[in-house]
Amino acid sequence: MPNDSLAQKILTLADDSFILGHRNSEWAGHAPILEEDIAFANLALDELGHAHLWYELYQELTGVEPDRVVFFRDANEWRNTQFVELPKGDWAFSMTRQYLFDLYENVLLEKLVNSTNERVRGIATKIRAEEIYHLRHTSNWVKRLGLGTDESHARMQNALNELWASALQLFVPLENETELIDANIFPDLKTLRDEWQDKTVSHLSASGLIVPRVLEPRAISRAQHTEHLAELLNDMSSVARLEKFGVEW
Amino acid sequence: MVKEANDVMTFDVSLIWDALDEVMDPEIPVVSMVEMGIVRDVKIENDAVIVSMTPTFAGCPALDVMRNAIVEKLHAIGIENVQVKTVLSPPWTSDWISEAARAKLKTFGLAPPPMHGGNIALYFDEPVACPYCNSTNTRVTNTFGPTLCRAIYFCRNCHQPFEQFKAL
Ligand SMILES: [Zn+2]
Repeated sequence: MPNDSLAQKILTLADDSFILGHRNSEWAGHAPILEEDIAFANLALDELGHAHLWYELYQELTGVEPDRVVFFRDANEWRNTQFVELPKGDWAFSMTRQYLFDLYENVLLEKLVNSTNERVRGIATKIRAEEIYHLRHTSNWVKRLGLGTDESHARMQNALNELWASALQLFVPLENETELIDANIFPDLKTLRDEWQDKTVSHLSASGLIVPRVLEPRAISRAQHTEHLAELLNDMSSVARLEKFGVEW
Repeated sequence: MVKEANDVMTFDVSLIWDALDEVMDPEIPVVSMVEMGIVRDVKIENDAVIVSMTPTFAGCPALDVMRNAIVEKLHAIGIENVQVKTVLSPPWTSDWISEAARAKLKTFGLAPPPMHGGNIALYFDEPVACPYCNSTNTRVTNTFGPTLCRAIYFCRNCHQPFEQFKAL
């Protein structure tokens, strides 16, 4: 049974959602318009909720409790991509990142709802409907900003240039991932990346944006992080923010 | 008649459902968690009553409040050993909200979600009727509202903002 590889894989999903949710929560009170303040708070809460479901499955597989995983790991023990830990940047940066991530989750969940693992299937089915709302929201915004004013367009293009290579790290397989693919628990990330790329490129072009010609992910190992993760984790130990979002661990 | 606390075997499951039907959704106090389809199952096992519930939106912060409310209610009718289980499958869908509850949502100023049969995206652009005047001359102002389950609309007919319980 590829149980250990499964646990490692689940942890990556949980950590990506958790860190991105945390980054998005930093927009509370700072979004350019009130509607987006509310929207980003919702996106953050959703991602933290999804992370929590994956952490629960991680606990079932390893016996390690979610609050231990979240509050008692050093930066080098986290398994999120660098893509999600980068500081929130400007509004265009956060929006572009959330869009790229939503589309990744979208193509991934579409496969996971048919996973041979019952728990993976159950969680994927649960969160897929919510992700439909995310993608709809962020893809509308990408278009609006990409085709908007000169300044909004320039900011979006900058964000995309900065984020693209980092986003590709989402598609780097873990060491024993083939076990999971062979058991039809997880899809092959190569196929997933093609699908993601087709969809993002077509939407970004329609939004007047040019996808950088970069094929190599900026980072490979999920054990390596930028200095921003340690800062985020430090900041997080002031549990207050999470409590403000009503998340209980 | 008050039963012995430990003698749950003599409790009729339908009485437990009746009691649970009085436990309101903490975010929408006019409808019960049973009517919302959040309470999925009630079972009596040995000396315990096991209630299965399912979250609406995964990140719903009201989950713990709901769990506690269920326990409290069953304690109040004399059941000591209450276990609340959270189940994910099948995932909650807004199609489970009962007809009666949909009418109550409207009186609360919340437009009920469309019955979507599993395909939410099909209904994204469908007009949503204003809960106050029933006009469908409305527009969405934010698909994300004050809580995860609500979207914000504006009625062009009666010039009032209102909220919709989102389809899920
Ligand atoms: Zn109206």
